[in-house]
Amino acid sequence: MARNPVTWLGSPTFPKAAKSALQDTQLRQNLRKATGTIRGRRAAAVAEMDDWEQLRLAGEQIKDDVLARLDTLLLQLEESVQARGGTVHWARDAEEANRIVLDLCKAENAKEVVKVKSMATAEIGLNEALEAGGVHAIETDLAELIVQLGDDRPSHILVPAIHRNRSEIREIFQRRMGVEVSDEPADLAEAARVYLRQKFLTTKVAISGANFAVADTGSIVVLESEGNGRMCLTLPDTLITVMGIEKLVPSWQDLEVFLQLLPRSSTAERMNPYTSVWTGVTEGDGPQNFHLVLIDNGRTKTLEDSVGRQALRCIRCSACLNVCPVYERTGGQSYGSVYPGPIGAILTPQLVGDMHDPQAASLPYASSLCGACFEVCPVRIDIPSVLTHLRAEAVEAKGRTAESVAMAAAAWMFASASRYEKAQKAGSLARFLAKDGKITSLPWPGSKWTSSRDVPAPPSESFRAWWRKNRG
Amino acid sequence: MRVKVALFATCLTDTFFPSTARAVVRLLERLDCSVEFPLDQTCCGQMHFNTGYREHSKPLARKYTEVFDGYDFVVAPSGSCAGMVREIHPTLGTSPPRTFELAEFLVDVLGVTDVGAWFPHRVTYHPTCHSLRMLGVGDKPLALLRAVKGLDLVELPDSTQCCGFGGTFAVKNAETSTAMLADKMKCVLDTGAEVLSAGDNSCLMHIGGGLSRLRAGVRPVHLAEILASTEEDPWRATP
Amino acid sequence: MASAKEEILQRIRNARVAEARPVVRGYHQTGKGGVELFAERVADYRAIVHVVSDVPAALEHLKGKRIVAPQDVPPEWLIDGVTWLHEPLTIEELDQADGVLTGCATAIADTGTIVLDGGEAQGRRALTLLPDYHLCVVREDQIAASVPEALQRLEPTRPLTFISGPSATSDIELNRVEGVHGPRTLEVLIVT
Repeated sequence: MARNPVTWLGSPTFPKAAKSALQDTQLRQNLRKATGTIRGRRAAAVAEMDDWEQLRLAGEQIKDDVLARLDTLLLQLEESVQARGGTVHWARDAEEANRIVLDLCKAENAKEVVKVKSMATAEIGLNEALEAGGVHAIETDLAELIVQLGDDRPSHILVPAIHRNRSEIREIFQRRMGVEVSDEPADLAEAARVYLRQKFLTTKVAISGANFAVADTGSIVVLESEGNGRMCLTLPDTLITVMGIEKLVPSWQDLEVFLQLLPRSSTAERMNPYTSVWTGVTEGDGPQNFHLVLIDNGRTKTLEDSVGRQALRCIRCSACLNVCPVYERTGGQSYGSVYPGPIGAILTPQLVGDMHDPQAASLPYASSLCGACFEVCPVRIDIPSVLTHLRAEAVEAKGRTAESVAMAAAAWMFASASRYEKAQKAGSLARFLAKDGKITSLPWPGSKWTSSRDVPAPPSESFRAWWRKNRG
Repeated sequence: MRVKVALFATCLTDTFFPSTARAVVRLLERLDCSVEFPLDQTCCGQMHFNTGYREHSKPLARKYTEVFDGYDFVVAPSGSCAGMVREIHPTLGTSPPRTFELAEFLVDVLGVTDVGAWFPHRVTYHPTCHSLRMLGVGDKPLALLRAVKGLDLVELPDSTQCCGFGGTFAVKNAETSTAMLADKMKCVLDTGAEVLSAGDNSCLMHIGGGLSRLRAGVRPVHLAEILASTEEDPWRATP
Repeated sequence: MASAKEEILQRIRNARVAEARPVVRGYHQTGKGGVELFAERVADYRAIVHVVSDVPAALEHLKGKRIVAPQDVPPEWLIDGVTWLHEPLTIEELDQADGVLTGCATAIADTGTIVLDGGEAQGRRALTLLPDYHLCVVREDQIAASVPEALQRLEPTRPLTFISGPSATSDIELNRVEGVHGPRTLEVLIVT
């Protein structure tokens, strides 16, 4: 089986990648500013809603219902789309999906296609596959364009160029567009408008993802801000939409929940500027050829795991990234995948589906389990619980290690109060390592701690020893 | 009637911070509780569970239930360990007795916020992640601190951000943990406080270990020790 | 060999996901609603909002401009002094127009959103996309209080566009900037 391109080939494990990212002071500054801004704004947008918790509960329940009836709902979606003149394709993995899309582009003789920002196509490495097949994909979302022109990788689900500040973006635009532009965000947006305008007006094939697909009507929903989505969804002759099989909602009414949860969670707005909904083909309005490509690429494997499957509820809002103290410091690229942050730490290894892969197995440990992600998740994914669940899988896959031996010894020691007390007494000998009541240097792996923090010297008397003496 | 309480000291506090456990005993007895310390207690299994050694945490969860079975209230000076017992133990196939973090127990069960404490120092308080998000203790610890005579409470900026401890995270992802710690320490130093308090010795050990390395002149003191301190018997730094 | 479709469906069935709990819709179905809230929320997006009783009188500022209008807008909107552009229009013609005047299908007070469905007085989607200025007329009775109320009023299989303010981006340092590819100016006339 081909490797799943959801992780980038050759990415180091999370601690290694994070170590170098942490030294990038510009990155640290950009992320601190951006995540700090959006955190405050999201909190305000959510505080306005006195029924937010009820919406979250409904969001969770609707998505759980989708996962429980996924086969039936997918067939219903297929039927609804076909009934309205669309064509539905199924792809087991990235390779199959990419081949389907490339063939569709070739059938239209397209050398260039315009793209709406889409996590699914980034996950399967579609742009690279199209390029190899002689089709150039133009990213039209501003942040995606910044990443594409900068020959860079994305670092955020919603704002893939969040790691870049205005002056870095200006430099990329001047170099690649050959224009003079200031570093004012409004001017940079204008430069992108001018750069892409003719492409929108002349390109015949567009590729999009989908935020939601309504099973009973066949309607596809895309939320966006800039209008690049509307351009791609409206002007070309052919539209190819690639979506993960879990992006369904059962009925039109269910959207009332997600159209409230998603904008406030992602861009911290009451509503994003544009939401497009289309069902198959409408005569005289928009693309007259519509293809829907449904991709599995590790999702059915994820579905098998009764704890881990809740990751499939994700609506890609990125609220968990914005509140994550680890993400804020390491940035998204350290996760080695298009899905960074807390959701990436649980989704990526499951889509890879192999805990023997050291990079994927390092991701569930990229968290202090502080729980800020769960608190903001609009579909109530209990990310900390899935993290510890996946850590257990990683431990199992690794087998016997120095760590597992130490953990077994600790468990054996804790299983008996007398063994524990003996260990306490032995440990208090570490007092002799201490100076002024603290230990400043320990051998490995304790050195990982003492590299930046002192350790208090163990006291001469444990609490239990005191209790025995005074109360026993 | 005196409330009978079992103290779950937690392995970290029992071993490294006995003054905190002694403070809990003193405080609860002052509030007319009878405190017992079942000597067969060890560890709640959190380190094992959170690191991926779920199977090793199961016997420890069972042991906890055996040791504390029959007590109406178990009180722990740790939001993290109380959270492990309350939220995780039931998923490991045990039904633990009712376990409270100290501040919750004082405010919710005993119904007190003014515990008659005296602590004439400038203090800032870090709400630890598990007490905040797993247990939902909210501002109960702050209410307790506000009622302490002589105490000058200063708000910690960005208080709800994790300090970067996270158990074995601090070692497995030491660099990231240190980056989080650096920001937390900056916030602590910005307050000009002399004492940093929290409801978890694990987080205090982490932030305190960093502050000590910097010779920052800020002392970590567990919430229990502040609340136990009185004019007659004031808090003293343990050697 | 099984087709991709058969194989995916089989894998889903093999996962044996238990039936889910019923969905509890404990959130609000309706809201405060009203012209005032709608106007305030639209304005929050930095759109231009007017509450008027007479549409033609509010269109004076279009005089001398080349404005696209769907064929079926109320005839009194087509005031003299404006070069009205009607279908059929090419993409280039739409791109070069000064603006577009439409009605809408419904609107949402809670979120300050206008919804177009290609029905009466709205035209196909490209009309409200390419011109840089969009003037949208919303009748008071078209304003739904909440998102759930608005969705009930809509026909899902029509091509729908939900518009909340002018086009915008938050892609640079997560700061919102109005005006990217879609119309950079959105003006809303609320007719009472």
